[in-house]
Amino acid sequence: MRETSRRSGPGGGRGGARGAADKKEGQRRTLFRRRKVCKFCADKIDDINYKDVKLLGPFVPERGKILPRRISGTCAMHQRKLQTAIKRARQLALIPYATE
Amino acid sequence: MSRQYELVYIVSPDATDEQIQGLHGQVEEIVGRMGGTLEKTDNWGRRKLAYEIGPHKEGTYVLELISGAGDLMKEIDRRLRVSDQIIRHLVVRVDEENRVVERARTRRKTESERRRVARGLPPERQPGEGPRTEESDDSGFDGVEV
Repeated sequence: MRETSRRSGPGGGRGGARGAADKKEGQRRTLFRRRKVCKFCADKIDDINYKDVKLLGPFVPERGKILPRRISGTCAMHQRKLQTAIKRARQLALIPYATE
Repeated sequence: MSRQYELVYIVSPDATDEQIQGLHGQVEEIVGRMGGTLEKTDNWGRRKLAYEIGPHKEGTYVLELISGAGDLMKEIDRRLRVSDQIIRHLVVRVDEENRVVERARTRRKTESERRRVARGLPPERQPGEGPRTEESDDSGFDGVEV
């Protein structure tokens, strides 16, 4: 008896109360999440230069890895430019490759 | 066909000012000999390295802007590699990137001027205008997604 009710739960309850709760929660999440905007597009920075450590700094967290796009919100074009700039800066020991 | 290159090298912190000058002289000499021009030199001074390179924890950074052929940079690269005063160096070709940047900048400027004129404003930004009114490109976003 218990087994059958469990099995019918996810399928049957989709349109019911549980579905409504999901929707509500989803709505709240989008309401409170800030939309990420590419920093370089927003500030109209054309040149991502490897010499500008101050500019690259926020995209290199403590560990030394490059901050992924899904977190920073950088657009694809600028992430690519950022990537080359960070890699060049690493070669010149302006930015660490990795930190313990 | 002349290309523009940026050369950055890190000189060992034990090197004296004369030795740094000497290295700069060497670069200058190669550039002159192989028909290039040295456009700019910038000594960033002594900086802490982000990680240790061999025994060194800091170094003197020197930037040179050179225009010339690829063979010239190859020769400089080879010479710098051999030198034991230099702990790290990087050659980057910059003319193409600069051109792209310049194009983006002028396009943005003419776009904003065109839009301002279409709105009946003078093409240049007036003093006293707010920071966001410079270009009304509808990208102003207050941060909350509805």
